[in-house]
Amino acid sequence: MARAFQASGAPEALESLSAHEMEVLDAIVGRLIPTDANGPGAVEAGAARYIDRALAGALSPTREAYRSGLAALDRYAQSSRGKTFKELSPTDQDSVLIDVETGAATGFTGSSAAFFAMVLNHTHQGTFGDPYYGGNRDFAGWDLIGYPGVRTMVSPTDQRTLEAHQLKSNHKSAYDYGTFTKSSARLSADAGGDRQA
Amino acid sequence: MANRLKDTDVVIVGLGAAGGVAALPLAQAGIEVVGLEAGTWLTRKDFAPDELRNNVRGWPQSVQKANQEIPTSRPNASSPSAPRGTVHPMQNSVGGTTLHYWGQSWRLNPWDFKVVSETTRRYGASRIPKGSTVEDWPFDYDELEAYYDKVEYGVGVSGQAGNVDGRIDPRGNPFEAPRRRGYPMPPLRWTEFIEKMAGSAKSLGFHPFPGPAAVNSRSYQNRSPCMYHGFCNRGGCHVDAKNSTMVTTIPRAQATGRLKVVTRAHVTTIEVDANGQVAGVNYLTDGVEYFQPAKVVLVAGYTYENVRLLLLSKSKAFPNGLSNNHGQVGRHYFSHNMLAGVSALFPSNTSSWYGLPAQGVAVDDWADDNFDHSGLDFIGGGNLWVYSDRRPIGAAGMSTFGRAPAWGSAWKAFIKENADRSNTAYIQKTTLPYEDNYIDLDPVVKDPLGFPVCRVTAEFKENERRVSLFTQGKMEQWYREAGAVAIQRAPVGGAMGISTHAYGGTRMGDNPATNVVDRWGLSHEAPNLGVLGASTMGTSGAHNPTLTVQALAWRTAEHLAKNWNRISNRRS
Ligand SMILES: Cc1cc2nc3c(=O)[nH]c(=O)nc-3n(C[C@H](O)[C@H](O)[C@H](O)COP(=O)(O)OP(=O)(O)OC[C@H]3O[C@@H](n4cnc5c(N)ncnc54)[C@H](O)[C@@H]3O)c2cc1C
Repeated sequence: MARAFQASGAPEALESLSAHEMEVLDAIVGRLIPTDANGPGAVEAGAARYIDRALAGALSPTREAYRSGLAALDRYAQSSRGKTFKELSPTDQDSVLIDVETGAATGFTGSSAAFFAMVLNHTHQGTFGDPYYGGNRDFAGWDLIGYPGVRTMVSPTDQRTLEAHQLKSNHKSAYDYGTFTKSSARLSADAGGDRQA
Repeated sequence: MANRLKDTDVVIVGLGAAGGVAALPLAQAGIEVVGLEAGTWLTRKDFAPDELRNNVRGWPQSVQKANQEIPTSRPNASSPSAPRGTVHPMQNSVGGTTLHYWGQSWRLNPWDFKVVSETTRRYGASRIPKGSTVEDWPFDYDELEAYYDKVEYGVGVSGQAGNVDGRIDPRGNPFEAPRRRGYPMPPLRWTEFIEKMAGSAKSLGFHPFPGPAAVNSRSYQNRSPCMYHGFCNRGGCHVDAKNSTMVTTIPRAQATGRLKVVTRAHVTTIEVDANGQVAGVNYLTDGVEYFQPAKVVLVAGYTYENVRLLLLSKSKAFPNGLSNNHGQVGRHYFSHNMLAGVSALFPSNTSSWYGLPAQGVAVDDWADDNFDHSGLDFIGGGNLWVYSDRRPIGAAGMSTFGRAPAWGSAWKAFIKENADRSNTAYIQKTTLPYEDNYIDLDPVVKDPLGFPVCRVTAEFKENERRVSLFTQGKMEQWYREAGAVAIQRAPVGGAMGISTHAYGGTRMGDNPATNVVDRWGLSHEAPNLGVLGASTMGTSGAHNPTLTVQALAWRTAEHLAKNWNRISNRRS
């Protein structure tokens, strides 16, 4: 069940991050893919929740980078803009993030740009990845970009319907098809794309 | 001491694209084969349509070998090694990388077999790039044609022939070399976007055609046709429509009763006896050591492992590594310059969410020597490939073509509109071997067993850069003709790095001073050792390697079977 974890509506226990780290991260992803006239963003998709869960598994090698990066970002917001990241206005949050993105922000272990690139990458995963992993809640990410859902069979008619902009999303995760083994993968770190053939 | 197992005729190290094919003709000829495979069996259940797992994090294999022994790499001997990645997308399981590869199944051009003599004949010897160690293959295309045919029918390839026995069919590739018959299956279907691209190619006077794919376009050998679900790229097939060796040649070889598949068998070294003959291989399963004696050993662990196994197998007869008394193991290394593609942005959706990267339109007008190079400053060329392949995380990571920032509301508006409007062409280009591009063992970095990993020292040279720029120009022209509103070219040249199309290192040729294996794929120095895979290929041409790798593997196996008494009786 892709969405089982949030069915109760109760606050979910965190698996890796502290409550404060989660707040900062949620505020960041909310600026990376904001909620706006184009609909729900990374907050509604649960991208931070995805990252929290993944840090206990496949992304565990980056746990320390999150700990130190989130703390550094908050410190930088405080020292450069006078407030914690969460307290800043969206415009000021964006300007802090631009500093982090360009490597101009100080107080990071290593380059702040590397931290930014990592968070953006994982925010994409948590917004556009299969809901099975805890993000892309209510298929918010897939609906945003018009991906019509995981199918195990796409007939010529389905393809023509897609071409006619008529193919409705089926809102299905890979694991809504009962046939697939869920955890045969020993999940390794990021492969960094799939452009090699 | 290793546990000594019962003697066998042939041991194959690795049951992937190459080893998985070679087992069949051997077993069918009555030869006892033990296939030692580092990985395990996987089934359709393991192939979830899950982008995060397959494309972002690796793939559903239970044994992580390729990832733990990724070669180090540097552009040249005076540069430090680049930071090592964490994933090398070669598969460790029965069927090897054919489980999750794209399945593009190309034959080479006749020119690829004769680069030196044909270039000399047509343009003069001075046109062979400086420093290149390229040689003609020891045989020509016609020799391999029969084996291409056996593989196309044996594993199953969908496609449209362009040249059957010299008769040109304009629906296919008019530049292809003659084939004895058409493909066993019609090509995969096209989408509206691919049709449109084909139309634009025609308006330019190019000759578009559907590319060949080891994927069933209709039911074949009792397996399903393709379901076009969009997770073929780095994903296994949930209906067995991708013709991996796991579902084709390997089960057929097993059915003879003469292929024994041993999984989780990680081969570490090849043993040589007092006479300098190969005696068998050592392998580890869960830390326990075994020795599998064999009359003939065929190494088929993919280019890097083929080279590494030879270099690690030192003996009195071969102090610098097996079959390396001429210092050729690791030389003549190269890989396809595959990342130097071109991306385009279109004004409307391309409807590419479902499909597969072997479904598309190719143009071969600018491949290899299909065009006149008299007025040009390079030899070789590229195959232009436009295909259907898109998944959500990948789509979100698309270039914004300078039209939006990388995040925020403006990015969100951009991606909402354009997620399905880009296309990236794959340009497969001729790459040559050079004297200073090579593989050796890394002096520092070791795998988890304590064996050194390979070190790749290689960079793309001037000829390869020029081929890239030229073919990118053709691709750009094609996209513009089709109405692209923005174009982006990927950088060309630089370090080769680690590749999924790695060639050379145990090159095949008649001259033992410059080649490790002979025209049959058997070692010049230890003739009961064979090497299977692109490590034996001395040129790449402008097409993907695997069909050629498999045709060569079939040919080596058939040669062994036909000459079994002579070759197997060397040891006494
Ligand atoms: C994502 C992707 C897409 C690709 N798409 C295409 C394509 O469209 N067309 C094309 O032509 N090529 C394609 N390729 C390349 C293609 O996969 C290779 O050319 C081909 O698989 C090489 O065959 P091989 O037998 O040498 O290696 P593999 O197929 O990788 O098989 C090697 C086998 O040996 C085993 N092995 C390795 N070392 C040992 C050891 N020490 N002991 C025991 N077993 C061992 C491995 O576990 C593996 O099963 C693609 C590759 C990738 C990664």
